[in-house]
This record gives sequence, C-alpha cells and structure tokens, in this order.
Amino acid sequence: MSVAIPSPRPRGITDLLGRLRPSGWTFAAASIAALVSVPVLVVLGSVFAPAGEVWRHLAETVLATYVANSLWLMLGVGTGTLLIGVGVAWLVTMCRFPGRRVFEWALLLPFAVPTYVVAYTYGALFEFAGPLQSALREAFGWGRGDYWFPEVRSLGGAAAMMSLVLYPYVYLLARAAFLEQSVCVIEISRTLGRGPWRSFSDVALPLARPAIVAGVALALMEALSDFGAVEHLAVPTFTTGIFRTWFGLGDATAAAQLSAFLMLFILVLVLFERSARGRRRFHHTSRRYRALPRYRLRGRRAAAAFLACFVPVFLGFLLPGGQLLAWTVETAGAVVDARFLGLVANSMLLAAAAAALAVAVALVLAYGLRLRPGPVIGLSARLASLGYAAPGSVIAVGVLLPLAWLDNRIDASMQAVFGVSTGLVLSGTLVALMFAYLVRFLAVSFNTVEASLGKVTPTMDGAARTLGLGPAATLARVHAPLISGGLLTAAILVFVDVMKELPATLIMRPFNFNTLAVRAFELASDEQLAEAAPAALAIVAAGVVPVVLLTAVIARSRPGRQAI
Amino acid sequence: MDALVFEGVSHAYDDVTAVASVDLRVAEGEVVCLLGPSGCGKTTLLRIAAGLEEPQAGRVIINGREASRPGALLPPEARGVGMVFQDYALFPHLSVAGNVAFGLGGSSAARRAAALEMLERVGMAEHAGRYPHVLSGGEQQRVALARALAPKPGLLLLDEPFSGLDIRLRDRVRDETLELLEAEGISTLLVTHDPEEAMYMADRIAVMRAGRILQQGPPDEVYRAPGDVFIATFLSDVNRFHGTAEGGAVASPFGPLAADGIADGERVDVLIRPEALRIAKGAAERAVAATVVAVHPLGHSSIVDLRLDGDGRAVRARLPGPTAPEPGARISVVLDSSQVFVFPCDAPKSLK
Repeated sequence: MSVAIPSPRPRGITDLLGRLRPSGWTFAAASIAALVSVPVLVVLGSVFAPAGEVWRHLAETVLATYVANSLWLMLGVGTGTLLIGVGVAWLVTMCRFPGRRVFEWALLLPFAVPTYVVAYTYGALFEFAGPLQSALREAFGWGRGDYWFPEVRSLGGAAAMMSLVLYPYVYLLARAAFLEQSVCVIEISRTLGRGPWRSFSDVALPLARPAIVAGVALALMEALSDFGAVEHLAVPTFTTGIFRTWFGLGDATAAAQLSAFLMLFILVLVLFERSARGRRRFHHTSRRYRALPRYRLRGRRAAAAFLACFVPVFLGFLLPGGQLLAWTVETAGAVVDARFLGLVANSMLLAAAAAALAVAVALVLAYGLRLRPGPVIGLSARLASLGYAAPGSVIAVGVLLPLAWLDNRIDASMQAVFGVSTGLVLSGTLVALMFAYLVRFLAVSFNTVEASLGKVTPTMDGAARTLGLGPAATLARVHAPLISGGLLTAAILVFVDVMKELPATLIMRPFNFNTLAVRAFELASDEQLAEAAPAALAIVAAGVVPVVLLTAVIARSRPGRQAI
Repeated sequence: MDALVFEGVSHAYDDVTAVASVDLRVAEGEVVCLLGPSGCGKTTLLRIAAGLEEPQAGRVIINGREASRPGALLPPEARGVGMVFQDYALFPHLSVAGNVAFGLGGSSAARRAAALEMLERVGMAEHAGRYPHVLSGGEQQRVALARALAPKPGLLLLDEPFSGLDIRLRDRVRDETLELLEAEGISTLLVTHDPEEAMYMADRIAVMRAGRILQQGPPDEVYRAPGDVFIATFLSDVNRFHGTAEGGAVASPFGPLAADGIADGERVDVLIRPEALRIAKGAAERAVAATVVAVHPLGHSSIVDLRLDGDGRAVRARLPGPTAPEPGARISVVLDSSQVFVFPCDAPKSLK
C-alpha cells in the first residue's frame, strides 16, 4: 500500500534559507540584552569621563566616609545574616522541636519588609522619645544622660536592622542546599564514625557552603543598594551620596562616577555569587533521597531552638509589622482617602505593567536561549541579568544620562528643523521609569522563566516541531501553557519588587506622580512616621505574597518528590 | 522514490563526532532499523532526519525533497515526518485526543474526528478524554504513535519506542506496532539497541558503531553473514578463540575451519555461536568429546558450559529445549560450521 505524501507547501529549500535558523530569536535576544545593558555600561563608562570639580570635592571630603561606611555595613550585614540565616536553617532542617513546621515558612516573612520600612519603625521605637526609652525612664526614674542606650541612628544600628530583614536570603539558600543533599552522604559519614552533629558540620555544612556564600552575597548586594534606610538613619553611603550629588550638587557626571565606584563593590559580590553557584554542581552525586534524619529536641534544648527561630521572626517581621499596624490604626482615618487610593492604584498599575513587560521580555530571551544555545545569546542573557545587581539609584543615573542626551538631540533637531522646542520627551516619563524597572528586574523574571522552561523536556519541542509547528507556535501552544505557573510566579515576584522599589522611582517618576513607596519615604523624611504607616503597611502586605509562593516552591523543590 | 536518503551525512557535537559520513536509504514502505550500542550515533542520525539536528556535512532527502544540505536546513515542521520519542513526549497539558489532534489542520470538528479515527486504530478511542499522566506505559506509547501517524507523514521515525515498556508488554506492543506500520504501509526508520527487536521489526538492518554504518542488509543476511567481529558479537553471544590462518583454514578442536581469503600466518578471530554446538547423535564425523561443567536452563533452550577434551578449552553451547545433560556428564559435540565466523584479527578498521 502506498502512502499519500503530505503535500508540502510549495517552497524550495532556497526560499527557506532566510527562515531556516530561528535567527530572529537570537537577534531579538541580542537586541534586548544590548538595550537593557546600556544603563550599567553608561555608569561603568563614566569612569573615563574627565573628573570634574564636584568629583574632586567629593574625593577630598566624603568619598572616604562612603567607602568606610559601605565596608563596615557589609561586614555587619554579612556577619549578621550569616549567623542568623545558617543557624535557623540548621535548626529547622536538622531538628524536631515545637513550631518547626511553622518556622520553616515564617522565617521567610522578614523578606516582606523593605529595609527602609524597618528603619522607620526601629528608628521610632528606639529613639530617645520612643516608647522603649520612655518606658525605661518611667520605670527606673532615669533622666537624660543617666543611662546608656544603643544609638539606632548609627552604622551599627543600620547593619543590625538590615540583617534582620536580609537574613532570609541566606536562610533560603542554605536550607535549599541542605534539603538538596542526598542523605547518602550523611549516612556514609555516620558509618565512618561521625556523630549526627559532626556529620552535619563536617559534611552537610561544607557541601552547603557555596549556597551560603551566594546567599550572603545577595544580602550584601541588597544592603549596598539600600537608599531609604541609610538616608533615614543618617549613615552616608554611596546611594545617598549619588542622590545628593545629582540633586544637591546637580552634577550628573560625578553622580555616575560615584555609581561606578559602587558598582565595583557590587561586581565583586556578583563574582563571588557566580563562582559560588558554579561550584554547586558537586551536590548531585547520588540519586537517593529521603527525609533527613531529624533529631528530636526536648525540654530546655527545644525551648532554646524555639527561641532562636522566634527572635528573628519577631524582630524582622512581627515587631515592625505590629508597629506599622498600630500607627495605621491611629492615622488611617486621616490618611486613607481618595489620594491614598490613588497612590495604591499608581503603585499597582506600575507594578503590573512592569511585571507583564519583564515576563514577556524574559520569555523571548529564555526561549531564544533554548532554541539556539550559543555564545552570543548566552552572553546576551548574562548581560541582561546584570541590572539586578545594580542598585536602583545607579540604574536611575544610567537610564537618565542617555535619555537626557537623546532628549537634547531630539530637541535640538526639532528646533533646527521646525523651530519648536520639544523639551524632555523621554526622561521624566513613565516610559523611562518602566525601562528602568525592566533593567532592574529582568533578571528576576528571566531566572524564573528559564528555570520553568528547563523543566519542559526538549523532546516536547521536537514532538511539536515534527507535528508541523514553527518555533513561535510551539512556544504559544506547548511551552506557554506548560509553564503558565512559572510565568505567574515570575510576574508576582517582579510585581512586588516594583511595589517596594524606592530610589529609582523617587528619581525617575514623572512630576507629581507618586507611589506608595515614594509617599512613605516623603512622610518619613518629615518624621511623620505614623502618617507613613498605611503606605508602608500596604507594601509589606504585598511583600507577603511572594513569601507564600517561595514556600510552595521550596516544598516542591526536593528531588525525589514528584512535582507536576 | 526513496522515503529517506542520507548522503555522506556527518555530525559532531562540539568536537565529538556522532555521525561520520553516513549513506543510508529507506525505500517507500520499508522498515529500516538502525541497530547499535548506546552512543553509536543512531539517535543523532534519527534527529537529523527529523530536522532537530543540523548535520555539518552531507545531504538529507525526504520523499524526493532536499531537507538538508550544508548551510540550509528545512525546519522540522516543514518536513512531513512523524516521530515517536523514547519518552513519548506526550503534552501533559492536553488530553489524549488533544495530543493526537495537535498536528492536524482544519476545523476543530474535523481534527477531532481524525484524531478519534486514529485512536480507534490503535485501540485507544475510549481513552480520548483522559490525560497522559493517568495512562500506562503501553497506552502512552500507542498515543504517541497515533499522534505521529495522524498527520499522515511521509516518513515515520521511531526512537527506541519500546524501551520504556516491560518485557511481556513490549512483545505485544511491538506486534501491534508492526501490524499498524504494515497496514499503513509507511516508510519507517527505527532506532534500537536490541538486536532481537531489530531482527523482528526490520525489512533491513543497518548496524552502526562509532558514528558509522558498518553493514546493512535484510536481518537474516546480516545474521548469517556478519561483516566483522563487532557485528557478530553484537548480534549474539559467541565463543571467541584466536588462531592463525594456514592454507585458507584455521585449526580448531573441531578440525580445520575455513578462513577464506586470509593470508597464511595471519592471526584470526574465530567466533562460534553457542547454538552452533550440538550433541552428536551416535558416531558423528568430527565429533569432539567434552565434559559438562554447568547447565543453565532457560526454558526454550539451555545454556551448557563445556570443557573440551584435548586442549581443555571452555566453550558455551545453547541446546534446544529445557532438558539438558547433567553437570559432569560426558557428551560428544559436533559443530555447525554455518554459524562459525573467522575474521582477521586486526584488519577491519571498524574495530578501532
């Protein structure tokens, strides 16, 4: 019996030459990467600009302070997050004690509190006129100067507060690393004569070290990026310096050079984080997984473990959250009005638009990489992810400089040709702000989308292609439905990050356009902390969403557990 | 017109050669099996036929249309080929009917009708509304086959399509598949590492090793006259000796064995299939006395380890039926010389 050969579309192979390779994807990915990497490159390139008067002034006066403060802050936050993060990860992974299951996810809650919000609440709680010191004076009859109390508006205070909300990076990665480990390595260690605790410290901990290093590096990047907290606590660092140089001294070049200096710190951390992640490969030597042997703690030990886990959750989430709630109850009647709801709408619209954009762009990038893995597209993806390491204020500088240049060119040519001044058509618009968000958060969506795409076996692509679908149709009909969960996760993560974002929004927002984060910052700057609370509380509430998501992801991440 | 032609096709992953100047044809309606050990490049060759890999050299022609030449590649969706993957690659977000209708065009009613008809043919019509994860391995295989065949491709590519099934089920699914392929008369290229499967399924076998096709021909021909030591040992168990050619023959415990065309004094490999050894009935010519060392009954046959008198050489025989002599028994064996192969020790370059 003969077979009817399917009538091929009448197209010779030579006609196909143009559309043979999905080179369109490579091209699209490379263009995205080029566009998105412009701000970081502009900032880094500014070191070649001649140093101006302002820079010399900065170098003579405050630069040494910025460097010293940043280094001390890194040391403090690094130590703090390491101790808290690894400690609690160890406890909830290796031990059984009352409340362990709750702590597994509750320990992530401080993630929801932005550094500037924790600074506002602690600043108010611990200041001289704050409730704590007032209560102490009341109780002991002390007066001013009779007693010693730690100054929260200090470098040490900033480092401690940031550690309280940044330790979840270390906790998250350390715990994932402990869970990923095959129980075989622990069992072998046991058969070789190590006790349970020594097996943990001699085998599990070294195996998790790359993940821990990566977690600390991420926490330090966040700490260096922070603007709102150090501004509020009067600890001058690079980010506050960039802001003042730009707006106070009006020198964009010096601000960019300061940004480049800060990027140097960040790039070192990126290298640390990358190389640490690169070394994570040796984990999967055995494919046998089962529950880690957990040691039941009783009595005093159980109480100590409970306390060790409760304190970070309390100080990092419950206390600042409670304070915000108390303030909100106090001021909501006056603050929550149509204007406030406008802020909520602004924030949510911005965040939703940025999330949709970031996910769409990430999908193009990740799918391009899947279709044609190669050096060009691989480099593109890495370049495009670089923005995540860059602090918001640095990105603002890197976006505004080229946009202002472009605006001036457009204005000049319009004036020359039509005799009209167009003014600033791009900078100071939502388009520019959206672009800054894309630069900053593309890596978040890209990593999530790429990870979900990676779980779709390549034979799916092959099956769809042999059944007659082109690459774009395959993406639409096979991958997109399969990874819709991953796309949603990516969108939510970007959404919340944009909600929290302060410095870039502050610098780049259109005139008279406010968001929750900016409003909270403005009110806090005027010491109207109670009035700032509703906005801050809304941001924290939004931040709880990805914590819930992360919890679900971790629960499913354990190899050997069927994840569909 | 041939359904598939490879002309000098080569492919390498980075620096590792996977396929080296392969020439192969699949005639219309023919089932050709690519047979070889894992890593021999057979799956790569299949993926090249599907358009999922781009070969670095050579041409691929599918049903008379050039599908690939250096610098030009017809994308998989324009080739009109059906493929069944080793893991079946059923789309988990689509029902069975949705999977089978995936490659079909036309109105949704027409697609559904065509999908159901195809499912009917593989006996899966009643599962049309179910989802892949609730299906057994055999059911998944049938759906994958139906999905590949539904668009009426001009060429079917099967990548180890039975390897995921347990052995009893495999025999049945294999039979059903063969029946379907014959009924459809579809040209098929099938990849397998199982010689028995290849012999069973194929009109023609192409034995691959290290990216090259060593021998191709009808199954019985390849089995009866393997081209070199590797092919002979890959197709079945053998007893292997070394010897030296002398006057067109090599000496053995069973007397001289023909070593045609091999120069005097050259070292040779002597391969004797276990089924070539039989128990001599009465006083047979050139019978050799032997002692039974061990017996492994397999049911349809028995593996019997023997020690030959004379040079005390250990050999393995496969005797038909479940009954065999007891260990320690003295028997005499004769050799069926049609299942004996003599190759020069180092001549064929394919052994490298």
